[in-house]
Amino acid sequence: MELDFEELGLKVGFEFHQQLDTENKLFCNCKNYLIEDKEPDYVFFRQLHPTKSELGEVDKAALEESRLNKVFKYYGYEENTCLVENDEEPPNEINEEAIDITLEISELLNSNVVDQVHTMRKIVIDGSNTAGFQRTALVAINGYVETKEGKVGIENISLEEESAQKIEGDLGGEEAVYSLDRLGIPLIEIGSKPEIYSPNQAREFAEKVGMVLRSTGKVKRGLGTIRQDINISIEEGSRIELKGAQELDLIEDYIENEVIRQLNLIKIKEKLEERKLKEIETIRKDLTEVFEQTDSKLIKDKLKNGKVLGMKLRGFNSLVGMEIQENRRLGTEFSDKAKKASGVGGIFHTDELPKYGITQEEVEKTRKKLDCKEKDAVILVADKEEKANEALDAVKSRAKQCLKGVPEETRQPLDDGTSKYMRPLPGSARMYPETDVPPVEIKKQKIKKIKNNLPELIEEKVDRFKNEFNISQQMAQVIVDSEKTEIFEEIIQNFNVSPTIVYDTLIGKFSELDSDGFQVKKINDQHLRDLFELLEKDQISKEVIGKILKKVTQEPKKQVKQITEEMNLKSMKKDTIETVVRDIVEEKEELIEDRGFDSIGPLMGVIMNELDRRADGEEVSEILREEIRKKLS
Amino acid sequence: MDVDDFLKEKELETGDYIKIEKDSKLIEGRVMPSSKGNKLVLKLNNGYNIGIELEEIKLKEKISSSEEKQKKEIEIEENEDLPLISVLSTGGTIASSVDYRTGAVTSQFDADDILANIPELSKYANFRGKVVCNILSENMEPKYWKEIANSVYKEIKKGVDGVIIAHGTDTMAYTASALSFMLETPVPIALVGSQRSADRPSSDNVLNAISAAKYASSNIAETAIVMHAESSDNYCYAHRGTKARKMHTSRRDAFRSINKNPIAKIDDEVQLLDEDVNKRDEKSLKLKDGLNTNCGLLKFTPGLDEEILDKYCETFDGIVLEGTGLGHVSRSWISKIKEANKEGIPIVMTSQCLYGRVCDRVYDTGRDLLEAGVIEGEDMLPETALIKLMWVMNRTEDLEKIKELMQENLAGEITNRTKKQTYLI
Repeated sequence: MELDFEELGLKVGFEFHQQLDTENKLFCNCKNYLIEDKEPDYVFFRQLHPTKSELGEVDKAALEESRLNKVFKYYGYEENTCLVENDEEPPNEINEEAIDITLEISELLNSNVVDQVHTMRKIVIDGSNTAGFQRTALVAINGYVETKEGKVGIENISLEEESAQKIEGDLGGEEAVYSLDRLGIPLIEIGSKPEIYSPNQAREFAEKVGMVLRSTGKVKRGLGTIRQDINISIEEGSRIELKGAQELDLIEDYIENEVIRQLNLIKIKEKLEERKLKEIETIRKDLTEVFEQTDSKLIKDKLKNGKVLGMKLRGFNSLVGMEIQENRRLGTEFSDKAKKASGVGGIFHTDELPKYGITQEEVEKTRKKLDCKEKDAVILVADKEEKANEALDAVKSRAKQCLKGVPEETRQPLDDGTSKYMRPLPGSARMYPETDVPPVEIKKQKIKKIKNNLPELIEEKVDRFKNEFNISQQMAQVIVDSEKTEIFEEIIQNFNVSPTIVYDTLIGKFSELDSDGFQVKKINDQHLRDLFELLEKDQISKEVIGKILKKVTQEPKKQVKQITEEMNLKSMKKDTIETVVRDIVEEKEELIEDRGFDSIGPLMGVIMNELDRRADGEEVSEILREEIRKKLS
Repeated sequence: MDVDDFLKEKELETGDYIKIEKDSKLIEGRVMPSSKGNKLVLKLNNGYNIGIELEEIKLKEKISSSEEKQKKEIEIEENEDLPLISVLSTGGTIASSVDYRTGAVTSQFDADDILANIPELSKYANFRGKVVCNILSENMEPKYWKEIANSVYKEIKKGVDGVIIAHGTDTMAYTASALSFMLETPVPIALVGSQRSADRPSSDNVLNAISAAKYASSNIAETAIVMHAESSDNYCYAHRGTKARKMHTSRRDAFRSINKNPIAKIDDEVQLLDEDVNKRDEKSLKLKDGLNTNCGLLKFTPGLDEEILDKYCETFDGIVLEGTGLGHVSRSWISKIKEANKEGIPIVMTSQCLYGRVCDRVYDTGRDLLEAGVIEGEDMLPETALIKLMWVMNRTEDLEKIKELMQENLAGEITNRTKKQTYLI
């Protein structure tokens, strides 16, 4: 489908969440890292109770989360969670290092920093914060980013604590399990204005903000360390929040697919209007007897201690089965909402039946029982009666929204570029001051200092590397995007070695070792300095770099020089190399006479093996060429 | 210029919604109270507060004035089958609500407010609320203990089935101890509070309050502190008023029973852990609220000059010592203690170990202390011993009689056997 986004009135806004790479967490002195594959040292259970505001307002999203009397289970780790994460001790003052990074990013995004930063409590009762609120502080406002299609405003930049990570329990269950290691990691939130008008511009904007963040060198890298919420609307539709998109490459797909979904929902609304449906009319009946002898395994299982309930949706025939996004039908939306509301496994609808072992005969009986006309559809749910009824209530309320077109909601982005229902849009954030954390004054002097020391942006650095070190655009891009940028530059400036060799080592060799299962993070900058010093002095050949680094990962406490000596990897003297080459040339005389200089290829392999690779390949090749010339002449 | 002058000059009030210009950008927000005074604090539409340098503000317009908030009335249905419980408030924040428009947190005291905050409570009892005083826990004084005891007495006399006292946690154990001596009760009396303020969704107030309601409806006619037993929101303990101590600054399970098991575990049901309790209606209601508040507690530390004891004797009518180990102070104090004893000033020895029993018969110093007239405080908590001494000294000035009463178990403060499993629970 060719879409004219301008015509449709597309508006997109972003909210980025990026973890900062500080030493400690935001409000305590626990270290800032995630625990991998470890049993928790302690476990505790809590319940959260939404505190009503004095005006009696209750947030829609909050209500949906808390409707079930949920118990939250938390996993704690002595090494990096403390009583602050456990919500058993007041927070420390806000981490100054995190404030400084946020100020730097605010300046890079052309924002106005506030004079005094106030930490707030933002009510969140899905269990992801043990306190029932997230601590968050607004640091800067009114920034912008330039894109090819125009300026995009940055509305706010906040510093907040990362939530605990959910490790078990889908929304809607009775218990959810969270791991506390992530709770309290500093997180910068950047909110744009809805001033993006095409999927291309969205992609460019997201890439640019990502580039600025990485340019500081003070943000976390890797999966889950940056997340984006994308707000999408078209003129005739509604605002949708896609929560936690991680894949940059899918941004255009997400936006396009959402536009398509909204257009299709509008089409459904028009169809319902054509059918003169002004309100949702339903009839609900217990249809258990229709399915008593059913072959459907799904239903048979549920009938052991449940019922089959059917609900007629007047006027919805063929609409429930209508595709609104690739592989997603209106029925899928009904189903997601029902699952979330009641915890049922799913629903059936007559547009997709007969299927799943449900026969045509059963469908006909069902329609007859509910006195269906041709234009009516039926939703079936098999489960305990109460749950099934809750599911049908949810379907009914979603069907009602069809009359208006596109409901505002928060949706979960899926890997194929589509999305599914997650929860209602959160109301305006309920915030009140975090009185345990004093406000922080931002001195003009500090801002000035940060302004004068802003980091070189990645895109500028790529250009500079390309020109100064004479490497390709792609190599420059890769090295600058990596975590090796600084050591790369330092080595090239301090040692007389080829930038290509340094590049091959830091990027190529590292990724080879990594995929072979060696722990490359054990290799530190000093190892690399020592390595290239030896190379500069011709004490080792570039051919042994891989071997040395492999050993370093195993014995990182040893110096590179020592490893080189112990492994006997020091380069051989020229006369030794010459002797070896001469011996081999003698030995392979026949081959040389047979193939002349074409024998260099096969002979190089033999000689380098004999030399244990302790010589530079080009040098050896030159000596060999010389010896062959002598032989042939 | 501070923020008050600024607001006066611009004719603004806290709560007004205004538009200002700063750094040539417009900002709209509501004026918030400012704690530091040199910045204007605005609450922006997105909910955040920011502080703005007063000199850099150009006021554009006042869009609207502060609005009076209105309180929502709630209706609570009473159930005749449920017990009637009095809730007395002393100023703890068992219930509070947040005005998200201004960010203000208000503590609430009357029973309806508490029920509005913790609606689950109505499943367990019908409630009557009363405000006794409204002070922070650290500002508690013996005169308020009397007021609270009198209020409890009146409520019980009116025929309620149990009493809950909402109290700040800092000095809750002192109040609990005082009430234990002052009241003989035919019904349960529960002191309850919260370690994490009630304005946060994670507050421990809900489980504590529900557990207190269960305790107050139970058959245990003792004064007890009802608070979390664990960090988890799993269940509560009822700690005997004379044996409870706040042992952690911030954890939910800060309260511990020292040298005795908690009275009960309060889960779905109230489960008795200590057989040695008065049952409902076993005792008749009595109020004995007299105290000689002129008693002091002195903690001995290595090298502490014995002259301090002179100062204490000049000031107080009775003294509790918090000695080392089994109940010792430096030998240099012994003559001073003798003098005090001669003057009729009782000196009660407790231990800074908290756990275990004072025994001055083991070492020479101890034996000399006994000879000098020190009264062994058995396995009493130092704070409990102090309150008991106040109570006892209101009844008698006779040193022998004081000694006798101090060593007799009056309100569960002394056990006659030191049980093994009562350590660090």
